[in-house]
Amino acid sequence: MQMNENYKPLIVAFCCNWCSYAGADLAGNNRLAYPADVKIIRVPCSCRVNPMFILRAFQRGADGVIICGCHPGDCHYTSGNYYTRRRMALLFSMLDYLGIERERTRVEWVSAAEGAKFAATMNDFAEKVVSLGENKRLEDLRCKK
Amino acid sequence: MTDAMKKEQILRMSGVNPLKCMRCGKCSATCPNYDEMEYHPHQFVYMVEKGELMPLLKSKSIYKCLTCFACVDRCPRGVEPAKLIEAVRLVATREAGANHMKPDDIPALLDEDLPQQAIVSALRKYTK
Amino acid sequence: MQRIGVFVCWCGTNIAGTVDVKAVAEALSHEPGVVFSTDYQYMCSQAGQDIIKNAIHEHKLTGVVVCSCSPRMHETTFRKTVAAAGLNPYMLEIANIREQCSWVHKEMPTGTAKAIILGKAAVAKVNLNAPLTPGETPVTKRALVIGGGIAGIQTALDIADAGFKVDIVEKQPTIGGKMAQLDKTFPTLDCAACILTPKMVDAGQHENIKIYSYSEVTDVKGFVGNFDVTIKKKARYVREDLCTGCGLCTEKCPQKKVPNEFNLGMDNRRAIYIPFAQAVPKIATIDPNWCTMLKTGKCGVCSKVCTAGAIDYNAKDEYIEEKYGAIVVATGYNPISMDQFDEFAYSQSKDVITSLELERLMNAAGPTGGTLLRPSDGEHPHTIVLVQCVGSRCSECGKGKEYCSKICCMYTAKHAMLIRDKYPDTEVYVFYIDVRTPGKNFDEFYRRAVEEYGVHYIKGMVGKVSPEGKKLKVQASDLLDNKQLHIDADLVVLAAAIEPDKSARPLATMLTASMDTNDFFTEAHPKLRPVESPTAGVFLSGTCQGPKDIPETVSQAGAAASKVIGLLVKDKLTGNPCVAHSDELMCNGCSSCEKVCPYGAITYIDKEFRMPDRTTRIRRVASVNPAVCQGCGACTVACPSGAMDLMGFKNSQIMAEVDAICK
Repeated sequence: MQMNENYKPLIVAFCCNWCSYAGADLAGNNRLAYPADVKIIRVPCSCRVNPMFILRAFQRGADGVIICGCHPGDCHYTSGNYYTRRRMALLFSMLDYLGIERERTRVEWVSAAEGAKFAATMNDFAEKVVSLGENKRLEDLRCKK
Repeated sequence: MTDAMKKEQILRMSGVNPLKCMRCGKCSATCPNYDEMEYHPHQFVYMVEKGELMPLLKSKSIYKCLTCFACVDRCPRGVEPAKLIEAVRLVATREAGANHMKPDDIPALLDEDLPQQAIVSALRKYTK
Repeated sequence: MQRIGVFVCWCGTNIAGTVDVKAVAEALSHEPGVVFSTDYQYMCSQAGQDIIKNAIHEHKLTGVVVCSCSPRMHETTFRKTVAAAGLNPYMLEIANIREQCSWVHKEMPTGTAKAIILGKAAVAKVNLNAPLTPGETPVTKRALVIGGGIAGIQTALDIADAGFKVDIVEKQPTIGGKMAQLDKTFPTLDCAACILTPKMVDAGQHENIKIYSYSEVTDVKGFVGNFDVTIKKKARYVREDLCTGCGLCTEKCPQKKVPNEFNLGMDNRRAIYIPFAQAVPKIATIDPNWCTMLKTGKCGVCSKVCTAGAIDYNAKDEYIEEKYGAIVVATGYNPISMDQFDEFAYSQSKDVITSLELERLMNAAGPTGGTLLRPSDGEHPHTIVLVQCVGSRCSECGKGKEYCSKICCMYTAKHAMLIRDKYPDTEVYVFYIDVRTPGKNFDEFYRRAVEEYGVHYIKGMVGKVSPEGKKLKVQASDLLDNKQLHIDADLVVLAAAIEPDKSARPLATMLTASMDTNDFFTEAHPKLRPVESPTAGVFLSGTCQGPKDIPETVSQAGAAASKVIGLLVKDKLTGNPCVAHSDELMCNGCSSCEKVCPYGAITYIDKEFRMPDRTTRIRRVASVNPAVCQGCGACTVACPSGAMDLMGFKNSQIMAEVDAICK
């Protein structure tokens, strides 16, 4: 694949309101930089993320999707992140089958206190996605206006 | 070998983490051979942690430990002082001189009545 | 179509430093639905809020997007602002362009571009927002306190004094708990019974308090404000309404060989008994495991001597159902079993006792009438060894607890002091690992034991206790002197670790309240919500939450009571409107959502539907209780037919955000 020097990936991050979204806020408070390509969508819990949202993102041309939730055992709703873990394991293996590389999808646990981890995770994830280049597999050209 | 390396070796051989010790002294309270020892089980844990190994390696206490494991059994934090003392003892033996036993010596020692395990442990104990 | 207003905040230079706010306002003004767009230095200031309010009136806005700091910071502020201008507060969305944009990106073009995209996502979401109204549920103005120790009694008294009805459920025949068994209390040395029994009487006589003694909670249903609780009143074979507590039956019962649990088995009681003289309620109870009449049908002495005719051998367990608005857990603690600590010879010698047993031996109402005597031969002990941290701070021994039991240092100092005070001819040795005395007048108390009463405090631990003849050979280490000590003791007292009562775990399951690995109830927040359980409407009082001494227990009990009162004074509870909602026309009644709901908020109802041909059909559909639903959204993903959606975070709304970002 041809690599473009100025290639900017499009990354969608779903963050749980109680842990990872607060972790992202903390990263901001501490001025810990991560690529502007990461756009965060707030959800009440990582288990609110419907596989449909992720498919939609890829269809619309996202290059990577990351889901952040509370650490296992720390879910604000007691067990939501366990559902996320199971659902995403299934979805990601299906996406892999469809040709979406595993590195384009990820589930991470980031607590409200882990601003540094949030920034590091996003840097790492963006780097991986950049190395994979643009996502062409699922992108629906009809969605490009 | 520096003291730091020796400490590292002792910790690795024994698998003991002296930082788990909360200094309650139950090991020394339990020790049946306490009065025979210059350094007592709790001191072994404390001194190894601080890296003060020379006095321990020179002391006769390492040979006075009965390895009865009473301290291991009673320790509330699972520190296992007897295993630590055994490791100090091993370092002292290994340090005492060159190899006291070579793999070549083994065939001559083989004997139907001698358990194989004894030879293996002798080799481990007396080989650098 | 919505009429949306966009308000971009500079936050001084916090946002404006890396984001071209004017460009953002301009870019967003072209988004569908946006009719007004502006920027201001500080949107959260009064002037900024006024700009929003005026714009809502002037431009007849139906939705508002504020591009500012994190919604965790000012969402509530701006919701109040739009509500003040007459909009539904849930018609507001915030684009986080500070924490998640200007603060983490350094260059103006990148920051501005990202801020525009985040703003577009928020606009896309508001386009699909709908006004939401929080649901309301009524509150049952009655509280349940589970456990009748000092924690439960204090909580109940505080709630009752505020004018609310309280029921105490206690599994023993009397309230009082562990404190009733204690002799003196540290650090003031006032007698436990003297300060506790008046409170027990107050609780027993309070017009707002009802005590279910010898009872257990067997089932809890419902939710905050509306719990349905089943209480099992165990058969006590004595009619509570008739028994006068005269105690004649407890003197005449021929079965005299029942170990007295109140004195920890150190003396005997009868098969019909009143635990102690100041019991509340003072009603006799027949122990069915020992009563000859109940076991063989031959005896009936108590029934003959009872002038009130209160004995009823045919009594059965009774189940009572009651409604409560709030539940307080006050299940307390027990000392752990010493059977496994062979090194201390607890099961080999009667003269090795636990501290709680010592309390009874020192107590004037105890088995020895308050004279300290050896349990084995009734002789006066001259050398006493007290061992601290038995089973506490025992991370890997497999038979103890990892935590510090907190109260042992102080009660051991108290015991040592009381013994030396009463019997100056006694030598008292205390073996300690650390003496922990963080509390008002605690360290002074401990120092008094050493300096004024001459208690021998030895830094070290006891390794072995072996009974030899009449003596107990104690082998211990003195770490400061680097010596091994051998003491011939007459009595050895073990400061046993404390653990939560065994009934706590099944109760936690019933309440869906969470517990830690040690079976202590966990609080909603360890610092800021220490008396609330994460489960709404369930509160924690006393040692069920963690080891505590009496003053701490009482203050926590009061705190729990104030939280309960704060709940019960409300006539209605307003919920979070961002809850799941099932579209009944799409629901096929498959139960997928019910299985993933962590709160049991989803139930199934049979509902009549009109069919196109004017017939009706009954279908099974999911129904969400908005008072119980916490809005996690697990069900929305589990629903195969797409009937379940989450208000405020609807599938269409999140999808619109995804679309806006991926454009």
